[in-house]
Amino acid sequence: MSVEFCGLELAHPIINGSGTFDAIAARQAFGDELLEHFPFAAYVSKTITLRPRAGNPAPRLWETPAGLINSIGLPNKGLDGYLNEDLPKLAEITAAAAARAPAELGAGRPVPLITNVMGASAEELSELVQACDRRAEIAAIELNVSCPNVATGLDIGADPLQLEAVVRAVRERSAKPLIVKLTPNTADVAACARAAERGGADAVSLINTLRATALAPRTRAPWLGGGTGGLSGAAIRAVALAQVAAVAARLAIPVIGMGGVQSSAHARELLDVGATLVAVGTESFRDPAAGARIARGLR
Amino acid sequence: MSQAPFARRELTVTGIDDLGAYRVMRVVDPAGERPHVPEPGQFAMIAAVERWGGGEDERPYLPRAFSFARHAEGQSHFLLEDVGPGTRRLCELRPGERVWALAPLGRGFTLEGGDLEQRRALLVGGGVGIAPLAILQDTLAQDPSRAPATVLLGFRERERAAGAALLRNARVATDDGSVGHHGLVTELLAQEIESDPHVAVYACGPAAMLEAVRALCELHEVPAQLALEAGMACGFGACYGCVVPRRGGGYLRVCLDGPVIDAAMLERVDEHAGGVGGTR
Repeated sequence: MSVEFCGLELAHPIINGSGTFDAIAARQAFGDELLEHFPFAAYVSKTITLRPRAGNPAPRLWETPAGLINSIGLPNKGLDGYLNEDLPKLAEITAAAAARAPAELGAGRPVPLITNVMGASAEELSELVQACDRRAEIAAIELNVSCPNVATGLDIGADPLQLEAVVRAVRERSAKPLIVKLTPNTADVAACARAAERGGADAVSLINTLRATALAPRTRAPWLGGGTGGLSGAAIRAVALAQVAAVAARLAIPVIGMGGVQSSAHARELLDVGATLVAVGTESFRDPAAGARIARGLR
Repeated sequence: MSQAPFARRELTVTGIDDLGAYRVMRVVDPAGERPHVPEPGQFAMIAAVERWGGGEDERPYLPRAFSFARHAEGQSHFLLEDVGPGTRRLCELRPGERVWALAPLGRGFTLEGGDLEQRRALLVGGGVGIAPLAILQDTLAQDPSRAPATVLLGFRERERAAGAALLRNARVATDDGSVGHHGLVTELLAQEIESDPHVAVYACGPAAMLEAVRALCELHEVPAQLALEAGMACGFGACYGCVVPRRGGGYLRVCLDGPVIDAAMLERVDEHAGGVGGTR
């Protein structure tokens, strides 16, 4: 079941979506059992920004029909806090998880660390990528481009021309595999994927959450502290399948597919339309061991 | 702090009993008692195995967070109130049916350290939030060196006040005066603190009650631990959805840093803090 991805040998094709599994928190909640049944073949960090972010005011979540809207606001310790405090802990967790994994989840095979970064300009992203490039613990870098450009106000990832230019600028700063996490909130996701590929991306991942909102029952004003949020879960699975298929059909580089995956059958669908890896996100909220369950079911 | 096994477990419902406006659901792990006994204040993420979702509006989708109300003879007890599609589905369950449970999670009440053991424990609860105070009372009662805990519980009216039977020797306040003191449970708390300030307060209930408890304890310099109620998506620190503002800046995750939080760490308890829309 092992799979090659951008030169990395993974034990199986199941990883986590960025921001959906805090391995440091999970270690606190579940102890060593987390290491013995670590659910992912590679681990993707939450989004890291140059400066620390507290995140959005509460409330941050809304349950929808078969899904979830989140407006978390990317809370993180900032680049320095991540590199100094979190990265060593994550490296320790993934190393221990690799060493303790049962045979069917790839005993002994490394669990590479992918660091997800977001910036509001090519300069910010370049600084983040360059800092990640210097750290041996980081195997690959994922760019979160679902962020408004400070100069244009447009989401960097929503406009092919802008995206290609940003990826090209960032590309020079690291020899590590560079993954572009595409936004689904755009007119033509395949055109954006092609732009990322032309800019020098080694892989793309999709779909990020779909922009969504909810009204508070009594006040009829937006419920979420951030006003709008992103929809995930089973509700977006069919959208994800269409977008992953459209992108995989037009790209030569590998694709990480995600969106509403809850079972091995759902993961198999994304693999069937051309994904190399499949990420599990919201389902880990409902069942923290979902990744391992889905990986076992693919054997 | 007890840690949870890294898997949701399939538990069997052994009983579901009316308690006024509430129900007490009892569950066992058919795989047997494992070394995962909850501490007072810890919680479980629970979903029905069958028909979770698929109803009107295709909800519920996420599991729901419940404090352990009691844990005895291998059975865990949870206090349910039908307030939305998730709690309604759980209230419908019958003995023999199954639930998914991820537990025990979170930080519970701190019972030792400083002069906590010398202080008389004041347990203050409101509504369905009385649940973690029952297992707390059980645990405190196991220590013969401690003075018996004083229990103060507030409810809207008579039907809910029947929930007070979950604990022993409770003084009750109701909003409508149908049972016990006519008024707020925090009025009873103020009387207790004024008569003997050498107390430690352990509280759980709605945000407005917890804020009143917090302010009162701050005024009288009484240590207080607040078990916050919050809807959650995951319960183990992954989603960052159940946050409350921390005094001095930043946020606390109710699931990981709490649900029991030292009142001194909070500027105030807001109604929307930790609120997760729809997850009831």
